[in-house]
Amino acid sequence: MKRILEVRGLSKIHGHGCPRCIDSTGPEVDSNICPHCGAVVAAHDISFDLHEGEILGIMGESGSGKSTLVKTLFFDETPTVGEVLFFDGERQWDLFALNAAEQRWLRNHRFGMVYQNPHLGLNFKVSAGGNIAERLLMSDLSHYGEIRERARQLLARTEVLPERMDESPKQFSGGMQQRVQIAKALATQPPLLFLDEVTTGLDLSVQARILDLILEIQQELGTAMIVVTHDLGVIRLLTGRTIVMKYGRVIESGLTDQILEDPQHAYTQRLVASAL
Amino acid sequence: MPTPILEIDGLSKQFTLHDQGQCIPSCEQVALEVYRGELTALVGPTGAGKSSVLKAIYRTYLPSSGRILYRDAEDRITDLAQASEHRILELRRREIGFVTQFLHCLPRKSALEVVAEPLLRRGGNREAAAEQASELLSLLNVPERLWQVSPATFSGGEKQRVNLARGLIARPRLLLLDEPTASLDPATTDRVVELLQAIKGEGVAMLAIFHHPQLVERLAEQVVTLQPPRPTPAMLEAHTS
Repeated sequence: MKRILEVRGLSKIHGHGCPRCIDSTGPEVDSNICPHCGAVVAAHDISFDLHEGEILGIMGESGSGKSTLVKTLFFDETPTVGEVLFFDGERQWDLFALNAAEQRWLRNHRFGMVYQNPHLGLNFKVSAGGNIAERLLMSDLSHYGEIRERARQLLARTEVLPERMDESPKQFSGGMQQRVQIAKALATQPPLLFLDEVTTGLDLSVQARILDLILEIQQELGTAMIVVTHDLGVIRLLTGRTIVMKYGRVIESGLTDQILEDPQHAYTQRLVASAL
Repeated sequence: MPTPILEIDGLSKQFTLHDQGQCIPSCEQVALEVYRGELTALVGPTGAGKSSVLKAIYRTYLPSSGRILYRDAEDRITDLAQASEHRILELRRREIGFVTQFLHCLPRKSALEVVAEPLLRRGGNREAAAEQASELLSLLNVPERLWQVSPATFSGGEKQRVNLARGLIARPRLLLLDEPTASLDPATTDRVVELLQAIKGEGVAMLAIFHHPQLVERLAEQVVTLQPPRPTPAMLEAHTS
């Protein structure tokens, strides 16, 4: 399997920061706020590889920096320091050396994101179908009939009734809104998809259907995914490898079954032991 | 002299439990070899670390020390104790299968889907995979009325056969078996023995833990006996204080 993403030394500090920020934060001191300058070290020195068609889990509690990490990769946030290479067929992109237009192009064509909060991923002022059309318009499709047909197919694939494609997502249940977000993210058939706590807060039965859908899509399209979650069940079901984060640092990484059955770090052992 | 497909040397595994302040030894200085078309049986009392050896080979457990040399289909040698996670995943997908003691499956996946899954993960065709899965299930005496039902509701013996079918369907080069017949009746056990003999004939190498000495006798070319690890000084100290 080929590499699709290479993340090297990625860090994100909110605030000006001071020379002591790194030494004064992290899991050992149980904080990501620098006591000297008040800056928040959201993520520090994160490195990993992702291969084509692979699902990588990023697990941690709130404040561990896991969302910051994917938001940075999707250009929602700018990193303080670090390098990320994206390999797309013959092309290689150095993500943070690109200009804004190039970053926007990648975001619209080659990446997809599904947020925990549907308001971040969907435009509630337009219909469900319109949301998908927005993304299709940014790619090469411009014929009205074709766009509508493609939107209908995508919604059908994610189990949203096509009859409801002209309604605003506002009127949809939480689970349906996530399905529309997934359909929208998949519209351009991106090779890389980011999923940020996509089933958090949904009913268990709805969660299960959405996770099954994500797995089916991964098998059908071979999409590589980074799944951010605090839920061990989601990790177990979806991912092959897992990174465990705490206070902005990677404290452990490995094969998912190994992380769950033979966790090495004290924090991971406690996390796994507290599973329901 | 044939070359082994798997060669283990000095393998030990301890669990360090941080919150309990304990170090639990699980297996110690294990050495063994497995050859193509042969079965190596792991025997020893409970607590000798037999399952731990299988899990260490599959990397569900991270080995503490020792070498686990695996010779792949291209004749390259990989130390499974050191190999990258991606390499392990690739070998799991293509070459190394594991029939665990208990089947973990989702209550919403049918037996047929559970069995067919390893083929699909290799990129196999859905219908062909389903067909092979049904063949194996009938070969293992799993009644057809159960095929569309989730194994979550099955009896221990039925679950075990589903698990075995799932492990065999992709014809791994190396198959790890953890008590694959523990809850089977004698007739079904005979079926399993025949099946394992047959895939041995195809050249599959096996490392297995069996409940019954009789099965070891019927199936194994080599037998490796494990002894429970001696308690570590730290453990003794904790015990006396």
